[in-house]
Amino acid sequence: MAVVEKALRDAHGHLSGADPAKPLEYQDPNQSLRILGFWLFLATDMLLFGCLFATYLVLRTHTDGGPTAHELFDIPGFTAETFILLTSSFTGGLATLAMRNRNRKQVLAWLTVTILLGLAFVGLEAQEFYKDVLEGATMQRSAFLSAFFTLVGTHGSHVSLGIVWMFSILLQVAKRGLTQVTARKVFIVNLYWHFLDVVWVFIFTVVYLFGVVM
Amino acid sequence: MPDALRQFADTYLMWQEGPMIWISDVLILLTSIGIVATLTYFKKWKWLWREWLTTVDHKKIGIMYLIAALLMMFRGGADGLLMRTQLAAPGMHFLDAEHYDQIFTTHGTIMILFMAMPFIFALFNIVVPLQIGARDVAFPYLNAISFWLFFFGALLLNISFVFGGSPDAGWTSYPPLSELGFDNGPGENFYLLALQISGIGSIATGINFLVTILRMRAPGMTLMKMPLFTWSVLSACIMIIFAFPALTVALALLMLDRIVGTHFFTILQGGNPMMFINLFWIWGHPEVYIVVVPAFGVFSEVVATFARKRIFGYTSMVAALLSISVISYFVWAHHFFTMGAGADVNTFFAVATMAVGIPTGVKVFNWLFTMYRGRIRMTLPMLWTIAFVPCFVIGGATGVMLAVAPADYQYHNSYFLIAHFHQVLIGGVVFGMLAGMYYWWPKMFGFKLDERLGRWAFWFFNIGFYVCFMPQYALGFMGMQRRMYTYPADMGWGTLNFVSTIGAYLMGIGFIFIVAQVLYSIKYGERDLTGDPWDGRTLEWSLPSPVPHYNFAVIPTVTSRDYWWTLKEEGRTDEIKPKPEDIQPIHMPKNSGRPFLMGVLFFVAGLGFVFNWHVLAVLGLLGVVVTMLRRSFEYDDEYYIQPEEIQHVESALGRL
Repeated sequence: MAVVEKALRDAHGHLSGADPAKPLEYQDPNQSLRILGFWLFLATDMLLFGCLFATYLVLRTHTDGGPTAHELFDIPGFTAETFILLTSSFTGGLATLAMRNRNRKQVLAWLTVTILLGLAFVGLEAQEFYKDVLEGATMQRSAFLSAFFTLVGTHGSHVSLGIVWMFSILLQVAKRGLTQVTARKVFIVNLYWHFLDVVWVFIFTVVYLFGVVM
Repeated sequence: MPDALRQFADTYLMWQEGPMIWISDVLILLTSIGIVATLTYFKKWKWLWREWLTTVDHKKIGIMYLIAALLMMFRGGADGLLMRTQLAAPGMHFLDAEHYDQIFTTHGTIMILFMAMPFIFALFNIVVPLQIGARDVAFPYLNAISFWLFFFGALLLNISFVFGGSPDAGWTSYPPLSELGFDNGPGENFYLLALQISGIGSIATGINFLVTILRMRAPGMTLMKMPLFTWSVLSACIMIIFAFPALTVALALLMLDRIVGTHFFTILQGGNPMMFINLFWIWGHPEVYIVVVPAFGVFSEVVATFARKRIFGYTSMVAALLSISVISYFVWAHHFFTMGAGADVNTFFAVATMAVGIPTGVKVFNWLFTMYRGRIRMTLPMLWTIAFVPCFVIGGATGVMLAVAPADYQYHNSYFLIAHFHQVLIGGVVFGMLAGMYYWWPKMFGFKLDERLGRWAFWFFNIGFYVCFMPQYALGFMGMQRRMYTYPADMGWGTLNFVSTIGAYLMGIGFIFIVAQVLYSIKYGERDLTGDPWDGRTLEWSLPSPVPHYNFAVIPTVTSRDYWWTLKEEGRTDEIKPKPEDIQPIHMPKNSGRPFLMGVLFFVAGLGFVFNWHVLAVLGLLGVVVTMLRRSFEYDDEYYIQPEEIQHVESALGRL
């Protein structure tokens, strides 16, 4: 706090004055401000998912004689999705680590791996949804399916947007190298990515595991 | 061809609805032509674009919010007067049931989301950075996006009136009534999309101001030295961040039900309508505190300034604000005690609801104790503050009556409830926002609003308020339910309803006086040359009015609460004036047209969803993604104001 206040005193229009003792993405107070803002955004997004989970839990058993969770969920399928997404979160973390070490090449490489894993995840999920729909398990069939597709689909569309976003940041790092600004962007997109991973852990537990066990 | 035209006019322009719609169409057309012609005649298009539509300056954004809020107060008020006219006597046919449904829906929706919200955001924007010694909010570009999302959301809801048809399922829009099977017009879609779009903007505002307050305060201004208005904004932002996502989900799921055909809230295929009602009020109850808490902040500033005393019980004021923001999450089920959740659930929510009265009571006593033995000046902001106290206390007491769950089975959805929430929302929010508007008006525009016309407005509005709403408590006890468009003569409700209608018109006259007051004061209002017309206490009054666009030439270092007052007391006001050697280049964000464009694109997407024109919806959303990517690739978005320019401005203001 004292550092920020010193920075504020120096001038500030936004804030200015760098602190080299901090990690690259936090050195410029303007960037650290954005990281805090992004954390708050994640809080709102977490609540959004919280409401969708609550809705799913309320409607989970409302199958109206249609397919149940037990009949629908494909264990190898969602296990593969889980491993792929968890791995992508790890490679995303490696990209952040490489950014801290100012290794641009590694950042680009790990971001690419993360994006590819993300694409694989989205592909598998789309395939799963497609298979469900062929079996007559559509969103319109029952309240349970409405809630299932909406919760998992919202996560999937978050991942898809994340892929587009991460790719745009990859281009920016490739073009501009690792500056305080691009470092902050790499950091934030990975925060988002880890957050989606955490949400998936809950989807894996609450939706899929409960679904096949209970 | 005429046939196609006729069909278009009937489907979208509701031409078959009769003269009221025709008159509205003509008036809207004439007003639009008038605005375009005026801008063209005075060659103001470039000015409008450069100074306003592309601005990222928090002060200008605040002024735009204020103008929008006043316009929406007019629209919502006109709806209210139409309703009161219809109810003035038994068996009236001034409006039919369908139109009445539409009008109470738009009245509620507009007053909460498009009047109260922009009004508080106006004050957030205008006041907070100045009070904490900052040059702008944390994310000025995002702030502009928030405004334009609000603006185009409001436009989307308002346009429904003459294009496609208004929503008519109540401002709460409960399913299954609001489902496709019962309400297949585009009106309900307008409601869902308009709230969704402006809601995204509100979440962004919450994040923006929380970061601003936590991280951009002037050196020395610790949290406990912060002015109470800023504290109230902090409290409101916490609630916005935690409440609005629930609204987003409620609206999105209902929209999926209506557009995709899912079954979240239908009765068929396992849907559960109560889930919507829970989600809606998990947002909805914090929402009423979101709008009233900033009003509490205004009262704290006004009382201290005009009683010329430091606020009584500052620490307890802060504690009260924060505990209100926490308790607000544990009261939502009191909106539907009659759901049948059982005694345990109802007891929990009843007790939590009554508990809100404790911190609120603390605040009321603190304001009274601040006034006690103060040298009170009866200016307009102070008048509204003093009128607020009894009004809010009665409204709060009837609220505690409603909180008694078993008794609520009797009051539920009766006019008793209507009278209660109008009393807390008008007495709390509207009085508070008007007090805030009068208080900070000189800071925004450099002149005071005329005192004499303001007093006329005050008395008309206040007397009108009691005449309008006190009879409604009685009507509630007599069995009159909300949202009924007419009633038979033998119920015996005629006299009280007629009195209530007279009160509503008195409030309308009060509003006209406010408009007259603004217009009169633009020309004749007392100019504020000192920057401190009220003998204020906080940092914003140390600046000239209106404030230069960079706010502070040199950021002050704060050493006490009510710092500006301390400086005045100790005769040290010169210390806060900039010295030439201290002035450094100021880093500022550049203006951008993209937030406005994003608003337009969201509007286009919204319109696409409303009418199920999927191509338009997809094009709009793609446009939004493209504008976001363009922003991501934008690096040259800031510039420096050079010290010479600052010195020039400051010396012209006589501050160097």
